[in-house]
Amino acid sequence: MKKTLFVLLVILIVLAPISTLFAGGSKESSVERHAFIFKNTGNPYGDKQMQGFTEGIEEQGFEAITRAPDQPTAEAQIQIIEQLITQKVASISITGNDFDALEPVLNKAMEAGVKVLSADSAVNPASRLTHINQADPELIGRTLIQAAYDIAGGNGDIAILSATSQASNQNLWIEWMKKELAENAGKYANLKLVRTAYGDDLRDKSVSEMEALLQSFPNLKVVIAPTTVGIAAAGRVITDRGLIGKVFVTGLGLPSEMAEYIVNKSCPYMFLWNPIDVGYLTAFAATAATKGSITGKAGDKFSAGRLGNFEVIKSEDGGTQVMLGAPFKFEPSNIAEWKTVY
Amino acid sequence: MSEIVENRMNTKPNEDLKIRIDRPWSWKRFFFQWEWLLVIVLLLVILINSLLSPYFLSLNTFISTPATFLDKAFIVFPMMFVIMLGRIDISVASTVAVSAVIMAVSYNMGLPMPLAILLCLITGSLGGAINGLLMVKFKELSFVIITLSTMIIYRGIAYILLGDQASGGFPKWFSFLGWGSILGVPFIVICFIITAVIFGLLLHKTSFGRIVSGMGFNKMTCEYSGIKVNRVTMIVFTLAGLMSGVTAVFLTSRMGSTRPNVAMGYELEVIAMVALGGVSTSGGVGRIAGPILAVYIIGYLSYGMGLANLQAPVVLVVIGLLLIFSVLAIRIRFSVSRKNSAV
Repeated sequence: MKKTLFVLLVILIVLAPISTLFAGGSKESSVERHAFIFKNTGNPYGDKQMQGFTEGIEEQGFEAITRAPDQPTAEAQIQIIEQLITQKVASISITGNDFDALEPVLNKAMEAGVKVLSADSAVNPASRLTHINQADPELIGRTLIQAAYDIAGGNGDIAILSATSQASNQNLWIEWMKKELAENAGKYANLKLVRTAYGDDLRDKSVSEMEALLQSFPNLKVVIAPTTVGIAAAGRVITDRGLIGKVFVTGLGLPSEMAEYIVNKSCPYMFLWNPIDVGYLTAFAATAATKGSITGKAGDKFSAGRLGNFEVIKSEDGGTQVMLGAPFKFEPSNIAEWKTVY
Repeated sequence: MSEIVENRMNTKPNEDLKIRIDRPWSWKRFFFQWEWLLVIVLLLVILINSLLSPYFLSLNTFISTPATFLDKAFIVFPMMFVIMLGRIDISVASTVAVSAVIMAVSYNMGLPMPLAILLCLITGSLGGAINGLLMVKFKELSFVIITLSTMIIYRGIAYILLGDQASGGFPKWFSFLGWGSILGVPFIVICFIITAVIFGLLLHKTSFGRIVSGMGFNKMTCEYSGIKVNRVTMIVFTLAGLMSGVTAVFLTSRMGSTRPNVAMGYELEVIAMVALGGVSTSGGVGRIAGPILAVYIIGYLSYGMGLANLQAPVVLVVIGLLLIFSVLAIRIRFSVSRKNSAV
């Protein structure tokens, strides 16, 4: 009996790796392939970006590969990049989990002839041709503080619930938030930024960080969550704890996820750009880079399908970037229309 | 008195082991070993990978690809010893984090890089030694609780030192450790082979190795035979810490900078490799070839599935399945062979 069981298990051990054959894989193709790497799996915002990227690449007749590690770490992204280099993809566009840590592996990719771009969350200028920026970081940072001021009625404690501490996009926005506070110290005299917490873009961690904020700061009035995972977690906690009307959240969120909280007023209004467009624009920048029509220098021009024409401009970190546009405001009057879009 | 007993112990291996060694050699028994099954699985993984992706089969795959998954493999060897003792150490990943952070912080405070690397290894060893000491001094505490506590403490220290920041800016030559190669073979692969040989000799050719498996079989007998069980425990856990320090050096070199949250989940990956390698979690049983094969099986499996652009959760599920099947198979195999030898 036990012997049969053992044999059966051995067969299963052998079958386990074989099962991947049926999970589907890539076959060699003659079509040029472009890859997009997001921060981690299970992030609806990232799924939308990948969707837009695939759309943009396929529209041009190429093949798109979209990947995301199971953990939002640079280690995991390094492994994926190595795999993509081996596959000889034409370009890699990455939403970086770390500003500097990806430099060695991305340089290896560029030496192998792969065009490297970053999108949404930048990697350092030495490891990319250019960066696709979803919106002006200064505008995002300043707008969010002004929103918090407006929602808080001019006074009270505010806190920030961010993604990981190394996410370069969030860090840049937070820097601008602090600058807005410092430059208009008179206006914001009664608004106190008490803490920046990091939910790592994981749902459970964001929820517990939010609960910790509520516990540590009883006078907390507004939480700014410049990340879609964080803002949804904050909305959930405020709703579940019956704190609607007492504590508010604003920030950057997906309309489909946030509709519930905008309607129940735990989030009076919030902002975002269209993540599908970020992916779509990245797709056209990636193919422009492989064609050689953009080299990463400021002044390069390219056309991005339905979005029109774009120009590469200088960015604050010393490299260059392409700017998608201004953030869009979602409020009770327009949320019903947008929640079905993305 | 105890020294005399220990000497006798060294010349005359434990009776239990002697029986195992002196069993008549047979072809059937030779091939009915766990390691052969692992060899077959490894070959299968390579075959499947080359079917899945046209880019898999190349010289590079066998020479330089292992560099992408070997950083954590250094901990596999001491973890094997720990598990052979019938224990487990879940603090290794946190030890990696605190060692890496201390290396980065001390370098940025002006310590020369070679000394910072040395400090990293010392930190790791110290972390392991503390685990060992707690285990020896407080026998009533479970090893899971002890290493769980230090896991939290070490990670906490890393966060206290660096906050939410990253630290890097290492000299250019430091990246050679993780990225460089000698005559086409990655430096990290060379180090892995050297480490494997050292631990292989330690396990199979020294009395220390025999004592470790003896203690896994029956700690009480060993203690009454005059073996300094406390010292052995201390050494094994210190080795686990030291090799965590080695992993910290390679990981940091590959990343170019470090953060307090590096190496998250490494302890589970390492324990998975040791278990797949046929090392018994109830202690005493294990051969060096098993975990080495397991490192390559899991490494190539996830690398190959990545080449085929399968999404991350699929990879996790396949590795999980492989692990549970093999742990069950090992357990059943041992009860089968025990029954056979009784008959």
